[in-house]
Amino acid sequence: MSARLHAFANPARFLRLARRLLPWTAALAAICLAIGAVWGIGIAPPGKPPPEGQGETVRIMYVHVPSAWMALFVYACVAAASAAAIIWRHPLGHVLARAASPIGACFALLTLATGSLWGAKMWGAWWVWDARLTSVLILFFLYLGHIALTHAFDDPARGARAACILALVGVVNLPIIKFSVDWWNTLHQPASIIRREGPAIDAQMLAPLFFMICGFTFYFFSVWLLRARAELAALRTRALKLRLLAS
Amino acid sequence: MKAKTKRLFFVSFGLALLGGAVALALVALQDTVTFFFTPSQAAERSIPAGQRVRLGGLVEEKSIRKLADGVTIEFRVTDRSKAVTVRYKGVLPDLFREKQGVVVVQGAFQPDRTFVATTVLAKHDENYVPKELADELKKQGLWQHDKSKPAGK
Repeated sequence: MSARLHAFANPARFLRLARRLLPWTAALAAICLAIGAVWGIGIAPPGKPPPEGQGETVRIMYVHVPSAWMALFVYACVAAASAAAIIWRHPLGHVLARAASPIGACFALLTLATGSLWGAKMWGAWWVWDARLTSVLILFFLYLGHIALTHAFDDPARGARAACILALVGVVNLPIIKFSVDWWNTLHQPASIIRREGPAIDAQMLAPLFFMICGFTFYFFSVWLLRARAELAALRTRALKLRLLAS
Repeated sequence: MKAKTKRLFFVSFGLALLGGAVALALVALQDTVTFFFTPSQAAERSIPAGQRVRLGGLVEEKSIRKLADGVTIEFRVTDRSKAVTVRYKGVLPDLFREKQGVVVVQGAFQPDRTFVATTVLAKHDENYVPKELADELKKQGLWQHDKSKPAGK
């Protein structure tokens, strides 16, 4: 009995917290994205023109870099929620993991698409099989696998367990993505922001990029909260339906 | 041991094991994972003529010239210790330039150890500098474009 109470107490507290947080994360996302987009596209200077630099193409960075950062961050969130579910049997673990992975898949796809546009212009190729691009493609497939597994069984609990294991196995890919550009010769450039010598992006471009990264992060948290709420509601509906059928 | 601790141990141990296995596999497959060889790496491996391979490095200064047929371009790709002469017929990417431009050429070595490329890709470096600032720095003679670092590591 106490275990069941524990399982219900946590989601209830979470729902209260979500309701209180959501307006703030949504407002912060809207403000940061508005500032970042206008600054990045309208005000920030273009790069040096080719063949020395990227010219106006540099602006793809303002979407590409935050998407890529989010694709990794969301995966870390999915893995953390999965670990909480599988190790501590946290009642929200499965719900949070299931709510986050489609958002992460979107960010991964956006990363690949914007990168492809940039690559076509700057490298002269839409796609190359270098370590960075391939590992991000694998990340995208991991997301798709995670989504598919959660829905692959009639019993959601079995699907959730399988998805958990996949999410944890996929964690190995995160350091590979981050360090692929250092470990191997890649066509993708090495890290520009998080590196030992400090950022290699000029301050005039780094500032709007920072707003975009914050905006994407707050956007993710808003959608995550919303989706988790919907997932909890779906669980409740399912439980009620089952009870109706049983009686 | 509590069930919780046991599960934590099991998951951590499993991940460590998996990480080790993946690391070993990646080290073993290093030559496959790497997108290109620098001229030195290519020389070390003595890649046979005709084998499709990618070669990456800087375009040597004053090495670009058009051959007599009017469409073939010849240039030298260097990593500052070894250089390879590359011939290419086709459109060059926007970022293709001498000295500071890192390119990756795809093709095959010829029996005379020159390289015939079917594709030329340009690599962008990690530095993002606006046009005005770059012009200003150049004017003051302060422009440094990470010249110390060779193309491959």
